[in-house]
Amino acid sequence: MFNIIKDLFKFDGRFRFSIITLLCIILFSLLSFWSPYDPSSSYYVPSNIPPSAKYLFGTNSRGQDIFWMMTFAIKNSLIFGIITALLSRILSIFVGLISGYKGGIIDKVLMSINDSFIVLPLLPILILLKFIIGRMELTTLALVMAVFGWSWDARLIRSQVLSLRERDFTYTSVFSGMGTLKITFKEYFPFIIPIVLATTVNNMLWSLGMEITLAILGLSTVEIPTIGTTIYWANQHQALISGIWWWLTFPVIISIFLFLALYLLSVSLSEYLDPRLRIQQARV
Amino acid sequence: MKNPFIIYIIQRILQCIVVIFIGTTVTFVIPRLVPSTNPVETAIARAQMMGQYTDPKAVDEMRRVLKKLYGLEGTTFQQYIRYWGSVLRGDFGPSFSSFPTPVMTLIRVSLSWTAGLLLLTTILSWIIGTLLGGLAGYFSEKPWARILEIFTNAIRPIPYYIMALLMLILFSYVLPLFPRGGAFAIGLTPTFSWQFIRSVIIHAFLPALSLIVVGIGGWFQNMRVLVSNVIREDYVVYAETLNISPQDILYKYVIRNAALPQLTGLALQLGMIFSGALITEVVFNYPGLGFLLYTGILRGDYSLIMGITFFSIVAIAVGALIIDLLYPLFDPRVRYT
Repeated sequence: MFNIIKDLFKFDGRFRFSIITLLCIILFSLLSFWSPYDPSSSYYVPSNIPPSAKYLFGTNSRGQDIFWMMTFAIKNSLIFGIITALLSRILSIFVGLISGYKGGIIDKVLMSINDSFIVLPLLPILILLKFIIGRMELTTLALVMAVFGWSWDARLIRSQVLSLRERDFTYTSVFSGMGTLKITFKEYFPFIIPIVLATTVNNMLWSLGMEITLAILGLSTVEIPTIGTTIYWANQHQALISGIWWWLTFPVIISIFLFLALYLLSVSLSEYLDPRLRIQQARV
Repeated sequence: MKNPFIIYIIQRILQCIVVIFIGTTVTFVIPRLVPSTNPVETAIARAQMMGQYTDPKAVDEMRRVLKKLYGLEGTTFQQYIRYWGSVLRGDFGPSFSSFPTPVMTLIRVSLSWTAGLLLLTTILSWIIGTLLGGLAGYFSEKPWARILEIFTNAIRPIPYYIMALLMLILFSYVLPLFPRGGAFAIGLTPTFSWQFIRSVIIHAFLPALSLIVVGIGGWFQNMRVLVSNVIREDYVVYAETLNISPQDILYKYVIRNAALPQLTGLALQLGMIFSGALITEVVFNYPGLGFLLYTGILRGDYSLIMGITFFSIVAIAVGALIIDLLYPLFDPRVRYT
């Protein structure tokens, strides 16, 4: 496992870039623990001051220091993404393993449910849920996102298991009397760890994007700083029109780096997973 | 009953029903899993907080509909049955923000705009992306294929919202080539005249372009990978040894085979494309379902959101079903085996 990471780090520029960028962003978000200000308070610094030595990213119209607000925003967004990814992983691994190994009617039923979740138009459904539930904490939203975010990855894991099932060691385990759960989780699980990692990253990309979309529509809990709510408040105060460009610029730049790093990480991981792509890359 | 084609069609129709069933059930179950919420009062409080003027009759009407859908009388199972009853009858009541127009009327008006935009952009981006991806996969050594690949790699992770905003800023503020929103020029009445049609095309251009650009990326990359696998298949090598021209191999054998998974992919990603179109409409003030949804959010119009959500679920399920039913036209194996 560590050797793979070391090799990827050495030979894949994208992997190196994304790991370093992600580390920087995580360090930045950790700064929030030393923040001199409370993220929920406002008007503690003079408002609308452009970036300077004292206020690194400037201050916004609500009298908040954008630098420290961003540390909270990134931290909350990352936590949100990670919770969603981890929770949905549980579902997708379970469904993928069982469906791929059992086959037959169980596979048909599970995949039919799975495909339904893939097809569902998520945005209107999320908006409706948001309206019914009312105030939704970030963790609740992460839970709801996890309910919708497992299906595509379960499909990928299932296809992996389908090929594992035909290998000899499956028969060996069956003949030595191992049960379904034991075979799938003990024998197959190590093989699907890489694919789980790649889909985790993808899932974070997806959920972060969704959070931003909901926040822009004014539907997330706007008092909690996240990347999305930062953009929401900037839009509410018409930051671009009144020339407070730094209010939008820094969140957008940081989130572009975050998105790019996650995307390149997932591309690099999935290319590593698909040897055919690696060969193609080497040929060119 | 042994006819595989009929079995295929029955399976697909069942799948369509499952989609609608799960979509509706999810919107019933999740609010009940979240502790300490009373959906009826939450929604009404929200609507009253956001609505500028509240007609008492509208509030009453809304409470009636909400109680039917999310009321807590009876057992959970009875509630669930009642919920389905309302949904199946399309009883979402009158719109709260434009009382007393029924929600379904509002949806019908904006549906044509969304359907037009979505149909055009989805088909175009699928065809362009699949063709270009096929070409780039087949001629993967050529420099233009590499350039296309880098280009699509760069645009693929861009969210719909950001792409739409970028297009809007670039082509209507920086370069004022296209109008900033709406579906046709103000003052025009929908008639079948050249002036009106021209206005519609100009207004739809930017939203359509941003949807197509984002759409092409995904189809391109999938197709490139698919084709690079197909060209290693035995039948392609055989065709090459038979000295069939590369063009024939590419169009008649490689693309035709590789495009099949792409078609399945289209059916699966319909929901995502639809959500993307909704967001794009919000950015461009395009008067389709997305914009209607946004109005619903701004005014706290609960029944409107409800109606749009169920309508979208049904529309997407049926759309996926149609694609699945077209599939046998392209894959003779489904018809004959």
